[in-house]
Parts: sequence; structure tokens; C-alpha cells
Amino acid sequence: MPNSNSIRTGSAAPNRLRTSTILLVVLAAIFIVAPHLYSNQSLIFTIMTFIVLAQGLNLLYGFTGYLPFGYVGFFGSGAYATSLLVLHTHLPVLACVAGGGLAAALIGVILGPLLRLSGAYFSIANLAASQILYFTFSNPDLANITGGPYGLKIEQVYNPNASYYCMLVVLLIACGLAAYFRSSGFGMALRAIKQDPVSAAMAGLNVVRHRLVAWLVSALIAGLAGGVYAWGISVFYPDAVFTLDFSVFAIVFALFGGVGTVIGPIVGASLLYILYSAIGISTPQYFQLIYGGLIVLLVLFLPGGLLSLLQRRGINVF
Amino acid sequence: MELLAYAVVGGILYGIFFTLVGLGLNLLFGVMRIINLAHGQFIVLGGYLAWIITTRLGFNPLWSIPVSVLCAIVIGWPLYRAVVPRLQRSDDPEMLSFILFFGIGQMLTAVTMLLFGADQRSLPEDALGSGSLGVLGQQFPDSWWWAAGVSLAALALLWLYFSRTRLGYATRAVMAERDEAVATGIDVRRVSTIAFVAGLALAGIAGVFVPYLLGSVSPDLGDGLTTTAFAIVIIGSLGNPLGTIVGGLVFGLGTMLMQTYYSSWSNVVPYALLLIIVLIRPSGLLGKAVRLA
Repeated sequence: MPNSNSIRTGSAAPNRLRTSTILLVVLAAIFIVAPHLYSNQSLIFTIMTFIVLAQGLNLLYGFTGYLPFGYVGFFGSGAYATSLLVLHTHLPVLACVAGGGLAAALIGVILGPLLRLSGAYFSIANLAASQILYFTFSNPDLANITGGPYGLKIEQVYNPNASYYCMLVVLLIACGLAAYFRSSGFGMALRAIKQDPVSAAMAGLNVVRHRLVAWLVSALIAGLAGGVYAWGISVFYPDAVFTLDFSVFAIVFALFGGVGTVIGPIVGASLLYILYSAIGISTPQYFQLIYGGLIVLLVLFLPGGLLSLLQRRGINVF
Repeated sequence: MELLAYAVVGGILYGIFFTLVGLGLNLLFGVMRIINLAHGQFIVLGGYLAWIITTRLGFNPLWSIPVSVLCAIVIGWPLYRAVVPRLQRSDDPEMLSFILFFGIGQMLTAVTMLLFGADQRSLPEDALGSGSLGVLGQQFPDSWWWAAGVSLAALALLWLYFSRTRLGYATRAVMAERDEAVATGIDVRRVSTIAFVAGLALAGIAGVFVPYLLGSVSPDLGDGLTTTAFAIVIIGSLGNPLGTIVGGLVFGLGTMLMQTYYSSWSNVVPYALLLIIVLIRPSGLLGKAVRLA
């Protein structure tokens, strides 16, 4: 168990706080400097988006074991809610992004009963929910509200630099939350529930409430990411923000790095997205072939992801 | 009234075919607790097989049925040996198989795309007969009747296997109580291998009719077909092949009625049905044990 150290020494909490702070500062520094070193800022923006999604998925899957196949539903809802707020209210764009996050969390509340399901049932029911959202937003009958298949335009707030730094803030929030889950009593409780919900309940943990909090936090993160993404690209079609590729990438990136840790999803998303941008954008099939193969190999030989190689050597991965 | 008659008869034909779509998925789950998230991609491969046999080689598309069975043996047997025993040794085979077959599905989609391109392929309309057959004053093309007929034949064969053969009895024993089946000396591995190959073969057979009932076949159909199959299986009940008939019919009728009356919402049908059923009766309409976390 990677966290057995912290239980034994008891002095781990301040250490974890220091590690988290260092990690967040390093991440912030990397992404503040990156656009000056590499001119394609929108590519770095997209990398950040995928780190946020992988980390948001990790908050749920890594700490509760619920694998949301329709994670993109929250992302797309956040994108749409943000854009509709921009179009119909006079709120500042940051407030609209926050509204997008809250809208996704609200959908999380509505879909809360899905948490009664377990394993694959949950995953596939969540996928169904996201597809219903997609077909609703893209329905031509609702074109006067949602833009239907023609999508939405919010060019009036287009601002690549502001949206870039906003995504960075969301990324730091997501990673900060993961660090909190990893090191707090709340996170410990989540992992106890994941290991054995019955015993955890008997030990007095409120299983339902803990799971629901993790689920809503995860939804909020995806909604915020969707809102900032919509702001960053400013013109989008339903397919662009509801494509299952977002769910798939978030799952693959998080699994590849290693779930249940803070840096696993960051490592997985960065490495694989760089690979994707090198070979995948021109011929996505080759990348799809590679990540399909990666999943097969991971499940069969390395279920803990890349970082479990370090953990096997006794290195404590945060 | 005419619209309703069309939707009901069409929905039943469509539903019987979709029973075949769900059947293979359900068989794998029932026998091995494996969720084949690549099921739709195997169906798509069956569709391309029929396309090659019909448009490139000039045979009747029905010839792809025996070829599908052959391919299922050639691909399925080694695939089973390579991955399934390893999955079943883990703590949570259901979830792991789910992720693993998701990866296999992504690879198959990519391979299909690289081999055949992204274009939609259709089969000549008259390859399965150019006429139509009427019921209640409504005409349905021959291909629809072929799809329903072959699906019924597959169901009948499966039923005979389960009720008349020793291996079929053994399969049912494994589905009901795996550990006890092992204890009574049933060769679980043999039973499972056959079920695995049969599941893939059923997917390949369903593929023949996809170009007719869905209009065409293309690499990106896979994920949607998997979800639809999953919806059908869940509506009936996971692990119960007979339930799949109920699931298929509910799905077929639901889709046809929506297409007739609220066509812009018809593609939501499988997902909405799945969500409603799973929340109200997680064990399916015919299921017994309730599966809650």
C-alpha cells in the first residue's frame, strides 16, 4: 500500500502539504513558461484541458472505483452552460465559466442515483446519460435555444490569453483537489470505502455522502474545463464538446499514468497527448490503434499504470 | 392507424434482428462474466465481410454467415486463450474485462478504418431479394424478413444447444453457479471457449444485416452498436439469453414508434431505455437478483 507510510509515521500530513505546494508551484511555472518556449499556445491549452479531464476522472475513478464512461457529458454541459450564460446574461465571462461548472455539478446531482449501480453498470449507464445530453443539445428541434447541430458562437469574449490562464487555474484546482484527496482524512475514507464499502459503513463512514461528494467534485471539474474550453475556442458544434473521444482520452490518459495518485494522470495525459499531437492529429487511426493496444497491455500486465513501476521498486509516488 | 401498423410490424422485425445483436454479448457475460465492449466492432467486421463477399467476390451476402463462424473460430479461440484466463484470475474480472475489451474495440475500429477507410459502405438492395412482403397492409423489403428469419434461426439453434446437448446443459450450469459447476467436474474452460467463439460468431452473423437495417456499414458504427446491444441485454437481463428477446423487442418497438412519431428524438431511444431500466430495475425486466453496490 503506497499510503502505509503516512499511517505509520503520523508526521506525514505536513510533508504532504509541502509536496502538494511544490507540485502546484512547479505545474504553474511550467505552464506559465511553456507558451514562451513553444509558440503553439492552443496546443498547450489542449494539453492542459486533457490533464484536467484525466485528473477529474481520477478524482472519481481513482478514489472511488466508479469509472464514468460518459465523463464528457459534464464537459459538454459545462461548455454549453457557459456559452448560454455569455449569450443571454451580462455577467463577466469568469462568472459564466463558474456557472458552467455549477451546471455540470447540477447534472451530477440529477444523475446522482447512478451511484447506486456498481462497476460496468455504472459506467455504461453514465455513457447513456452523456449520449442523451448530446442528442438533446444537438437536436434540431431545440435549435433556437441550443443552436442544435449548428452549435454556438461566443466570439465576442474570445481571448486566447485569458482563457489560457483560466485553464491553468482550473488545472491547479483539479490537481490541488487530487492532492487533498490523496492526503486528507476524507481521501482516506474514500479509499476505505473503495476497498470494502460494507466494513467502511460499519466503521461509521457515510458511504453515500462520501461517494456523492467525490462524484460532484469530479463533475464540477469537468464542467469548469468545458466552460474554459468553450471560451478558448469560442465557436463549437455539439460534436466538438460531446465527442466520446474526451471520455476515452481521459480514461486512457489517467489509466496510463496510474490512477489513485496525484501525478499519474498528469504524467499520462502529458506523455500521451504529446504522442498524439506527433502522430495522431494527421492520422488519428494510428494513435487509436496505439492507445487501444496500450489499454490491453496495461490491463494484462500493468494495471496500476506507468507509476506502479516505481511503486513496485518501493518509491512512494504522490 | 397505418402509421401505427407500420411501426409495430417494423418494430417487431427490427427488434428480432436486434435480439441477435445483443445475444452474443449476453452469452459472453452469462458464461464468463465478461463484458465484451468490442461487440459492436465485431458486428461491424461482419458487415465488412458481407460487403467483400457481395461486392468484391459476387456471392450472395448470406455466404458471409458460414465465413463469419469460421473467422470467429480462427480469431476467437486464440483470443480467448490469450486474455480470458488471465482476466478471471483477477479480483474484479467484470470491470477489467470491460476496460480490456474497450481497448480491443478501439484497436478494431482503427484497423477497420485503416483497411476500409471512413466511407459508408452499403450492399446492393436486391442481393437479398428485390421484392417485399406485406403484413397488415404494410410492405417490408425482403432483407428485413431475412434479417428476422436468420435471427430466429440463430435463437432456435441456441435454444436447442441449451436444452438438448450435454455441453448446453454444462453451459447452463456454469451460467447458474460457476463454482459448483467446477466441483461437479464440468470442463469450464471448454464450455467457456465455445461460448466465447459462439458470441463472436453471433456478432459476425448480425453484421451481415447491418448494411440493410441501418442503411450502411462504417467503422464508427461500432461504439453505438455496442451500447445498443448493452441496452438490449440490460433491458432483458444480463446473463439470461431468453431475456434478450424481450430487450430486442422493447428496443425495436421503441425505436420504430419514435421514428414514426418523434423522429428527431429516435436516436435517444436505446440510451433512454437503458437509463430508465437500469435505475428502476438494475437486474433487468426478467432478472431476479438485484445488483446494488
